[in-house]
Amino acid sequence: MYVAVKGGERAILNSYRMLDDYRRGDREVPELSLDQIREQMPLAVSRVMAEGSLYDPQLAALAIKQAAGDVIEAVFLLRAYRTTLSRFGYTQPVDTGRMRLQRRISSTFKDVPGGQILGPTYDYTQRLLDFSLEAQREADALPAGDEALDSAMPRVTDLLAHDDLIDAEPVPEGDPEPFDLTRQPLDFPASRAARLQNLARADEGFLLSMGYSTQRGYGNTHPFAAEIRYGSLEVDMHIEELGFAVTVGEIEVTECQMVSQFAGSAAEGPKFTRGYGLTFGYGERKSMSMALVDRALKARDLGERADSPANDHEFVLYHSDNVEASGFVQHLKLPHYVDFQANLELLRRMRAERAAPEAARNDLMDEAVSS
Amino acid sequence: MTTQHATVARDDHYNFAYLDESTKRMLRRALLKAVAIPGYQVPFGSREMPLPYGWGTGGIQVTASIIGSDDVLKVIDQGSDDTTNAINIRRFFGRVTGVATTESTPAATIVQTRHRIPETPLAEGQIMVFQVPIPEPLRWLEPSETETRTMHALAEYGGMHVKLYEDIAQHGHIATTYDYPVIVNGRYMMRPSPIPKFDNPKLDCSPALMLFGAGREKRVYAVPPYTEVKSLDFEDHPFRVETWSECCDLCGSRESYLDEIILDDAGTRRFVCSDTEYCNARQLGQGVNPSTDEATA
Repeated sequence: MYVAVKGGERAILNSYRMLDDYRRGDREVPELSLDQIREQMPLAVSRVMAEGSLYDPQLAALAIKQAAGDVIEAVFLLRAYRTTLSRFGYTQPVDTGRMRLQRRISSTFKDVPGGQILGPTYDYTQRLLDFSLEAQREADALPAGDEALDSAMPRVTDLLAHDDLIDAEPVPEGDPEPFDLTRQPLDFPASRAARLQNLARADEGFLLSMGYSTQRGYGNTHPFAAEIRYGSLEVDMHIEELGFAVTVGEIEVTECQMVSQFAGSAAEGPKFTRGYGLTFGYGERKSMSMALVDRALKARDLGERADSPANDHEFVLYHSDNVEASGFVQHLKLPHYVDFQANLELLRRMRAERAAPEAARNDLMDEAVSS
Repeated sequence: MTTQHATVARDDHYNFAYLDESTKRMLRRALLKAVAIPGYQVPFGSREMPLPYGWGTGGIQVTASIIGSDDVLKVIDQGSDDTTNAINIRRFFGRVTGVATTESTPAATIVQTRHRIPETPLAEGQIMVFQVPIPEPLRWLEPSETETRTMHALAEYGGMHVKLYEDIAQHGHIATTYDYPVIVNGRYMMRPSPIPKFDNPKLDCSPALMLFGAGREKRVYAVPPYTEVKSLDFEDHPFRVETWSECCDLCGSRESYLDEIILDDAGTRRFVCSDTEYCNARQLGQGVNPSTDEATA
């Protein structure tokens, strides 16, 4: 019986082989290629890149394949790989106002300079299963549009800023190097930069629920979606040897700016305040949720009541990470028999005392103390 | 029985011990601070490891930062070298360092552990690395980290004594059986990690260095050699450890921590040592009985 716990190493190696087999499924069905995952599951790839904090669609596709479609496991794989990468430096801040847009909507104005661009969205689809997708079919190439998008697509919050109607959020004095959540431990009070980094890699489901809770009355912030935009951006890096910045690549991002009313304080008049969300790839639900939670985390600084779960910095920031949460919840699978034995020993002792008459209880106590 | 395993080839896709050198330096600085302030939780920039949080990432990072090519590593979980997670961590270090691994406690220079301290007494020069799930002893009394750090700064530990007192008032016993809080060097309250309280006395004035790593919570702390570690108690309810009326079914030990194994549906049980290496050695008559064998320590 006891020797059953031996042979763990061989068991582990066998479980690797069974996992490979499970992941592959029926051999009659052609194997998925990374290209297929990358091109035909772009929203899964986006989520894995966003929460994995690494922009690389090919590696994200590999992680999804290796994780058999488990997105959180894929995020974990990408994160573990990310730690091993050398850091060459920081890129220049990206200007999302210069994004090459695929989509851009504002719910606060009927029309905005540049117009409302629906782009690829599930928003207005009727959620009826499309049985025509059951069969493989060739999709026609998308014809070019009749007119080019406006080159000037100012962000809606910038328009509000012209009128001084929204908190300006200027670059901090001296533009200090930002806090790096992946290299430094979170401490409290957490800076806005630290908070945004935490939310940007946070679990979509967690942020969705926390954001939702603010809408249902646990810390209402009366938000409006001032703008949501999705598109691509060039990323520039200043090269010391050259003395100027060069473009090192292009990334897709989704940005959401929520505005909420703020009653003002003794120091300043009433104005709108901002909640900000940004994700890698196309992640509208996540960036909107992030913007709601970002705003909720500002409540205390703005002198608002801050007694709801979404206002609590430690609660939100310590529990948002799905790699941490998944690991710790699932560590309960590890053996705990030593601790369980300690509990069992105490439980039996207490039950014995309960059953025994008073005199016997005293004996037992004396014996226990002397042992 | 040979317990020392030959060096396996290191996977040179990764830096020695997986972490890059600057990360190791950062960790060693945090550990030096931890040693300088026994029991104090030092925040550090925990990295994402290729093993899940809660499965020993803190201990793995501590071991990775201190291990050298001539170290001999032992990894245990629940006192056993054979549990799957211990095997997995040992395999990981074998792959990324190529160091020799062992099951023998006296032969090891570093012992990484989850939930136990070996029965064989540790010696000077050895390092114990504990995997810590929750480093904060006051967490169940106060959920906020900001608050608990202040409580440590002020040594405001009355709440814990009240909790232990309430246990005695309600149950007649202190209901904490593992991860039993201690005071280190007369100053900081510390969680010894979820070792059974049976192991707490082994921390007190141990000749070995004790390092604790909590990866998910991003904290390290330490008990330097020969440091006083006192388990919390009361004059009229002194600290005491688990006892069994049975002895180990395999080696006959009456001094070691026992695991209970259920044999059939009728509830027939037997008890065996949780520390498998200690038990095996006793069965082979190598005599590492802690009560008689100080010389080998």
